[in-house]
Amino acid sequence: MIEIRNLTRKFDQVVAVDDLSFEVREGEVLGFLGPNGAGKSTTMKVITGFLAPSAGSVTIDGFDIGGKPLEAKALIGYLPEGAPCYGDMTTLQFLRFIARIRGFRGEEAERRIAGVMGDVALESVAHQTIETLSKGFKRRVGLAQAILHDPKALILDEPTDGLDPNQKNHVRELIRNLAKDKIVVVSTHILEEVTAVCTRAIIIDEGRIVADGTPAELEARSRYHHAVEVRLAGELDLAGELEGVAEIAGVEQDRLDRASFTILSAGKPIFARVSELAQQRQWPVEEFHVRRGQLEDVFRTVTENAGTREAA
Amino acid sequence: MQKLSLNNLGIIFRRELMGYFATPLAYVFIVIFLITNGIFTFELGGFYARGQADLLPFFGFHPWLYLFMVPAIAMALWADERKTGTIELLLTLPVRLADAVLGKFLAAWALTGIALLLTFPIWITANYLGDPDNGVIVASYIGSWFMAGAYLAIGSCMSACTRNPVIAFILTVSICFLFVIMGSPILLNAFPDWTPQAIVDAFAALGFLTHFDSISKGVLDIRDVLYFSVFIAAWLLASAIVIEIKKAN
Repeated sequence: MIEIRNLTRKFDQVVAVDDLSFEVREGEVLGFLGPNGAGKSTTMKVITGFLAPSAGSVTIDGFDIGGKPLEAKALIGYLPEGAPCYGDMTTLQFLRFIARIRGFRGEEAERRIAGVMGDVALESVAHQTIETLSKGFKRRVGLAQAILHDPKALILDEPTDGLDPNQKNHVRELIRNLAKDKIVVVSTHILEEVTAVCTRAIIIDEGRIVADGTPAELEARSRYHHAVEVRLAGELDLAGELEGVAEIAGVEQDRLDRASFTILSAGKPIFARVSELAQQRQWPVEEFHVRRGQLEDVFRTVTENAGTREAA
Repeated sequence: MQKLSLNNLGIIFRRELMGYFATPLAYVFIVIFLITNGIFTFELGGFYARGQADLLPFFGFHPWLYLFMVPAIAMALWADERKTGTIELLLTLPVRLADAVLGKFLAAWALTGIALLLTFPIWITANYLGDPDNGVIVASYIGSWFMAGAYLAIGSCMSACTRNPVIAFILTVSICFLFVIMGSPILLNAFPDWTPQAIVDAFAALGFLTHFDSISKGVLDIRDVLYFSVFIAAWLLASAIVIEIKKAN
């Protein structure tokens, strides 16, 4: 388990991480979200022991990263932002270096290297120097070094950045497979990734947690959760039609396509109710479907609010 | 959980040394080092004209030769790690900062040692032409290598200060120059007459030349070796402190 207690990190006068507390347990894949500069990378740098916290503590399975750094770091696999690797080494040389540092020798080391090279499909570039590799391959070399020792905690800073859609899918698959008995923390700015791989998401803004929950829970916080989208074939005063219906919170007209409307729910599914009304009153409906709450809506709402709060 | 490795220092040392030879850097350094040593010794140093079978002209130039050669290897030690971001990778591995600082330093020091050893044809020449005191020569080689270590340790610290290797190079050359001239008459004569002799002596005692002069004459005094060892240790400690402080930017 990773425990983060009242973590604060300042750079000169700027507070990058502000009194952050959360836990991540085995089997959880935590998506770490936030706008650029929200403190995602800084938090990860502190968790992995690269930066010392200004205040607060981080423990990995009971090992304090400040007090027992070697024991804690041995449990962590880390892919830093941009996946830095020693460019003058070949993929194989680099992974052998990592294997030795991680304490593996001889056959065990070779078996593990072969294993991770298979996992992230690096066999074809085993003898190429890393600086000559494409961005996608470099990222995969970075991933390979992070998972080589089968770490208890996997911290990945934007693992799919710069990968093509197939590679992204492959990496997500890999994370899902790895996650079973591990703690995984993934930072990303691709929200669909959170829905695809994470069991939990934390959104931070200005160094503070502004949302924490499963992707489904967060989506439910969207004002568009359970909303119904309707496209009409003819003229109709939809807002007037729906006035006074208890389950309905409001109606929004699309700014570009004037025939499209979004009917907002007051909290419960309203599809059945709306379709019943539509049939009773013979609305000229052309399209009719339920909209899911989008993580993006929630993300925008919570991070924008924090911005205005700060300004006020 | 796998066992913690106790020989990380050695692993880092090997990786760094391998890195020098994976790029043209090591070869360029060694070739230029040998050529300039040859020119200094035989042309400028008057090796033949002196008519003496010793390597005094060879070693006498080393403080000035190192002034430009050694910072060239040292400049990338940490600046490159910062620039490419690998410092974040290295320092989040289960490695002590001390192992990393020392491992990288020792690899660079080994490279200067290799370059120094490859000057053996000059030593053979002296033995072919005359009958030099080989004990003196061995002592001088050791002393020269220790002095190179002192230059490198300054370079390690300066390289940790910046992510720009060129700035690291210039800073290193400047500080090394200061330590070279500290023990030389140029600087010592600049002290006003009323300065207590003790201060002048203390100042001179900090300079490289004071310690290297006796070494190059074959007097391998334990105090001179100790001076360079403490000097190296102090600058490496400073490197570690600077790395720790500057990690954040």
